[in-house]
Amino acid sequence: MSQLLQHLINGLAAGTIYALVALGYTMVYGVLKLINFAHGDVMMVGVYMGYATAFALGRQTQKTFLGVVIIFLVAMGGCALMGFLIERFAYRPLREKPRLTSLITAIGISFALSYGFQLDIGFLPGAAPRAFPEIITPKEWLIIGDRDVVVWNWQVMSLMIAVGLMVGLQWLVFRTRFGRAMRAVSFDHRVAALMGIPTDRVIAGTFMIGSSLAAGAGLLYAIKDTSVSPLMGMYVGLKAFVAAVIGGIGHVPGAVVGALLLGMVEEFVVGYLASTWRDAVAFGILIIVLLFKPCGLFGRVAAEKV
Amino acid sequence: MRRFVPMLLSALALMVAGCEKKTQPASTETDTSKQPAQGTAPATPQPGTPTPPGNTSTFLLGVATSLTGGQATFGVSTRNGIDMAIKEANAAGGVKGKKLEMRVYDDQGKPEEAAQAVTRLITQDHVVLILGDVASSNSLAMAEKAQAAGVPMITPSSTNPAVTEKGDYIFRVCFIDPFQGFVMAKFARETLKANNVSVLQDNKSAYSIGLTDVFTRKFTEMGGKITGTQSYSQGDTDYRAQLTAIKKTQPEAIYVPGYYSEVGVIARQARELGLTVPLLGGDGWDSEKLFELGGSAIQGSYFSNHYSPQNPEPRIQKFVSEYKAAYGGVPDALAALAYDAANVAIEALKKAPDTSGKAIRDAIAQTKGFPGIAGTVTLDEKRNAVKPAVVLKVGDGTTEYVTTVNP
Repeated sequence: MSQLLQHLINGLAAGTIYALVALGYTMVYGVLKLINFAHGDVMMVGVYMGYATAFALGRQTQKTFLGVVIIFLVAMGGCALMGFLIERFAYRPLREKPRLTSLITAIGISFALSYGFQLDIGFLPGAAPRAFPEIITPKEWLIIGDRDVVVWNWQVMSLMIAVGLMVGLQWLVFRTRFGRAMRAVSFDHRVAALMGIPTDRVIAGTFMIGSSLAAGAGLLYAIKDTSVSPLMGMYVGLKAFVAAVIGGIGHVPGAVVGALLLGMVEEFVVGYLASTWRDAVAFGILIIVLLFKPCGLFGRVAAEKV
Repeated sequence: MRRFVPMLLSALALMVAGCEKKTQPASTETDTSKQPAQGTAPATPQPGTPTPPGNTSTFLLGVATSLTGGQATFGVSTRNGIDMAIKEANAAGGVKGKKLEMRVYDDQGKPEEAAQAVTRLITQDHVVLILGDVASSNSLAMAEKAQAAGVPMITPSSTNPAVTEKGDYIFRVCFIDPFQGFVMAKFARETLKANNVSVLQDNKSAYSIGLTDVFTRKFTEMGGKITGTQSYSQGDTDYRAQLTAIKKTQPEAIYVPGYYSEVGVIARQARELGLTVPLLGGDGWDSEKLFELGGSAIQGSYFSNHYSPQNPEPRIQKFVSEYKAAYGGVPDALAALAYDAANVAIEALKKAPDTSGKAIRDAIAQTKGFPGIAGTVTLDEKRNAVKPAVVLKVGDGTTEYVTTVNP
């Protein structure tokens, strides 16, 4: 029983982080019909921004509440800027070109970031994995039995931050003018433009929000798993992408459900079946979902216009 | 939406194609990086391409190792060790009046890149001999190419037995996995007096699987019990599910024959879940990064290794201080083994009557009682070095020598 509870906690922690990254995939797909493969790598860059900020603040300050807030703000703001630049200079010039062109560009950016960051020149961190500083001093939040189940303070905080970010996003998409514009662009960006919606600005804004969510997710991931490396983005990005597809890419709550499902399934497969089966089962679920619901669990079937 | 699947497929196809072509820009260290694609190289040597040996005033040694990727510190140590041996040999007058030089290609820690690097070293750079790599999976891929071309290869630190089984041109200057697995099984049973041990292996690495295999067999033979085997994949950073499952079996120690990049994090998460038993491992732990990644969680764990920098022998202390001066940091076992491998190679070049692959091969095969930094190297008929291993205990930013286990 205690083992089951521990697995639930672990799975939830992994799932919420996948969810934050998956949201970025799903939002960009929603407005542009583009799978932004560089998304995971943007997350990685955000983690290194946080890493550098933590070091700049020093050992004492990085552990204070203000320090943690600064680290999150710098990383999320920096990634928003990066998302903006990537969209402006890599994707916007290609917007009217066949969609495959943008997709290849996305893959190119992904490789440029993940391999560029393996260089050891200037500010680039080099290939070796690094330990992310403990910006939240670990403390047991809840102990059940004879340390059968341990919940740590940072696990609770991560969960709260993740849920907070998701609620904020939901509010933004469904309760603000910008959100309405986003939904309009997602519905049909040409018609939206005719209605006077500044599509370029909405798309740039979507990229910025997605990228800063990724940075937030990356920091939670770094706090959880402590090891950061330039290739981490590809790995987490792939998982989050799968989660977004399971949930129905383009569908915001679907991405969250898909991510939590994936996190839990991975955890339980390893815990009760065998660890070698983890990825096989995760991708098996993807295939099964796509077989029965080709648009994902929550995806809408859009009539193909001929 | 219907367009999505073909898009994903083409994206994946492109990714794969992208992976194969990357070697060119990413993987060179020397001034030949401006060469055109390697396909054109063998037939017509370009300006700046070294011509085949015999006509030159240098011996060119080829090195393929992982300078980027998860095991980057291994590759950097290996390169430094070889570099140091070559500089010393050149300072002492070189070999047969010729200077030694090395050409290093980065394999990014991937077998396919390693194989390509070796092909390039052989067909394009015409090296007399190949040194590398650390990870057995990479060395296996390299050995295949080197054996086929008849170019001798010495791996400094790949411990998987299959590497030298690739053929009679492949050698190593370290002990092999069965021995490392045996050392830790004996240590766990006799020194730690453990009855129940769990295993957490890296199922993407030939090295880790090899060690697990032997450890499991030997430990069971010695009367111990393996309470469970879990696995992870290189690059994972969340091991909580495996560790939660291991915790249930209440082991007295956990054997984690992985690489430092993962082991440090595993240790942290084990402590977090309330698993306080020591972790046991192999030489894959040996990196200064282990202390950074593992923090206080990894302290009190043990691993088998090739040498200890604390060994008071003056010869070894001289190596340690010279290495520190030249490259910064204490040389790990991989640096020491790379230094030994390069020296064995240099000795063989001195002894070989000519520079043909066969002559050099025969000279290497005769290596006996060579005084290396990481133990005396004697190559057996299977081209493996026979030498003792040490067990080290992880302390605060350093390792302590615990015991030596003989073959």
